[in-house]
Amino acid sequence: MKAGARTRLAEWLVTLPSFVWLGVLFLVPTVLVFAITFKPATPFGGIGEGWTLDTLRTLGNPNYPAILWRTIRLSMLATGGCILLATPMAYYMARAGAAWRRWLLLLVVLPFWTSSLVRIFAWKVLLHPEGMLKQALVWLGLAGPDAMLLYNENAVLLVMVYTELPFAILPIYAAAEKFDFRLIEAAKDLGASSFRAFRSVFLPGIRVGLLTAFLMVFIPSLGSYVIPDIVGGPTSEMVGNKIAQRTFVDRNLPHAAGLSAILAVAVLAPLLAIASLRRRESPRDALREEGV
Amino acid sequence: MSDFLQFEDVSKHYGAVKAVDHVSLSVKQGEFFSLLGPSGCGKTTLLRILAGFEQPDTGRVLLGGEDVTDLPPYERKVNTIFQSYALFPHLSVWDNIAFGLKVAKRPKKEIQSEVEAMLALIQMEDQAWKKPDQISGGQKQRVAIARALVNKPRVLLLDEPLAALDLKLRQRMLIELDLIHDEVGITFLYVTHDQGEAMSLSDRIAVMQAGKIEQLGTPAEIYEAPRSSFVAAFIGDTNFFDGVVAEPLEKHTVLDGFLSVAVDRDYSRLKIEDFPDLECFNDKQIRQGEHVFLSIRPEKFRISREKPEGRPHLNILEGGVEDVIYLGSQTKYWVRVGDYRISVIRQHSRYLLDEKPIRWNERVWLSWHADDGFMLEKYSEQDEALLQPPPEEVGETSEPGAGAS
Ligand SMILES: Nc1ncnc2c1ncn2[C@@H]1O[C@H](COP(=O)(O)OP(=O)(O)OP(=O)(O)O)[C@@H](O)[C@H]1O
Ligand SMILES: [Mg+2]
Repeated sequence: MKAGARTRLAEWLVTLPSFVWLGVLFLVPTVLVFAITFKPATPFGGIGEGWTLDTLRTLGNPNYPAILWRTIRLSMLATGGCILLATPMAYYMARAGAAWRRWLLLLVVLPFWTSSLVRIFAWKVLLHPEGMLKQALVWLGLAGPDAMLLYNENAVLLVMVYTELPFAILPIYAAAEKFDFRLIEAAKDLGASSFRAFRSVFLPGIRVGLLTAFLMVFIPSLGSYVIPDIVGGPTSEMVGNKIAQRTFVDRNLPHAAGLSAILAVAVLAPLLAIASLRRRESPRDALREEGV
Repeated sequence: MSDFLQFEDVSKHYGAVKAVDHVSLSVKQGEFFSLLGPSGCGKTTLLRILAGFEQPDTGRVLLGGEDVTDLPPYERKVNTIFQSYALFPHLSVWDNIAFGLKVAKRPKKEIQSEVEAMLALIQMEDQAWKKPDQISGGQKQRVAIARALVNKPRVLLLDEPLAALDLKLRQRMLIELDLIHDEVGITFLYVTHDQGEAMSLSDRIAVMQAGKIEQLGTPAEIYEAPRSSFVAAFIGDTNFFDGVVAEPLEKHTVLDGFLSVAVDRDYSRLKIEDFPDLECFNDKQIRQGEHVFLSIRPEKFRISREKPEGRPHLNILEGGVEDVIYLGSQTKYWVRVGDYRISVIRQHSRYLLDEKPIRWNERVWLSWHADDGFMLEKYSEQDEALLQPPPEEVGETSEPGAGAS
């Protein structure tokens, strides 16, 4: 009993720093953001005294649902695109020989050596009506001379996938590397085609990696504003752009905070859903530990 | 019926390594057939060629008369039990067993009943919903067997399925495997480097070495009549003597009161340094003057304190006991004769305590019948590693002062 109490105290002491860290840097700011939503704005960009529901009313802006939906939709598509591209990539990296694998890994992280801002700008140059890519596509007859590659949702999506791809490859690769590929042979031995073995054995085997990749791509995507700002147009604005605009142009902090709160809910919702899914799986594990 | 599964001149090499070297082999339907050989001799490769995971460089594989060499693994009616079991960790025992049936899109009802029948066969009905990491090694093994058998393969391939189990469990699983084989009547192709496993389970064994089949036969044939020194050394214990074939023996027969002398080609005289001339059965018609190894298994010797009476075809040697290891049901002796340390096993069929046991340093007589020795070609360097050198300092040799008496 006594020993149990002592270990519990020790556990608390060990976890305390991370609780403090999370509390100070995550929980308090999040609560503040939610709170500021209910504060009045001052004309000089500050936060006024007292409480008000004014901001809540202005958040009913008829443009917002469309922008929020676009944000979620583009983030979903970008996440889906990244995972779709990253999974086969990770599969081949995990199966490749050690030397070749090291080179591939280097290629994946290579873009991090350049500022992402520069890389996003590079896309602007490529997609520009006079840009190389555009010219090449026209020359190949794949795009009309008047086609607009830049300043639309597709451009935003393309650059989002490009920027986030390494964040999907790395966790999936980490899971794939630990995967026992003999299981694939076992599946084929039992009559499964290559695709069936991939779907029924490989994908479930790397599901933790897939989940991590989903979170690593989806959450930053929701908050993205540099990409739509640079390669997007007025029809491809995301919530991030609006928050930036309210903060820097309108200098209306409570309004920006309100938008952030909405975004935070959008981030937390999938997290909570996943957490509850996990909990539903865990009773079995609990049972098992009792059984041992 | 007789040639159900055939390998025809199958070869496979990896770079310079000839993993399988022109192997031809045929297995009968319902047979328990073992591939036995030391590590790296190509057993797994041969199995993987049959399963479809490797393409042979030459030759072809026939299953039930049909050429399956170019079929992908999932189109072959063979199933494998992998050494690592390779159970799907995300699926329950039940779903693991059902995997093959689900892939084959069998009706739900049928899957249900077949899986349950399998669970009953492996006696794991109550564990059906556990995940593989929640069951023991022996249970995993049984699930792996069920997962393969439920598909009713024409051949079941087993790649060292017991290697990961401890001795006790191994022995139990051996019996279970044997029972299952009798029950389902499927052809088993069993890979192992454990001669005990192969001997106790198999109808026939192919002993492999360096990608080739050294000998093929029933366990008794392989043990009693090894065709090469490699087989003799790999299967069980043996003693090798370096010798030269001398002239064939004369055969004396008394016919109508007359003594007639003829040459008996079945037996040869063998010259071994420091030994009296020995006789040996010469079924291979090995010619005079050739260097051979005489192989005699330890239990073929008779060891006695008194010199045995001479009889036709009985070889007799005198030596000194160097080591004695009492093993309960038998005693192992190491007897020094000239340059050789001969390993001898004596089975205790009579009550031992009544007689005066043979002890260390005694002079003893070894005798054996000429039929019990085999003249084999000389083994290669490679085989030498297989011949475990006898222990030099064991048993009673350490007794101080004993040597002085
Ligand atoms: N994928 C491979 N690449 C290169 N060489 C290989 C490969 N697979 C097997 N070999 C070589 O082929 C030879 C035969 O290998 P194999 O796995 O068939 O041996 P084995 O008889 O099953 O041995 P063990 O009892 O150790 O399992 C070995 O020399 C091995 O090194
Ligand atoms: Mg092997």
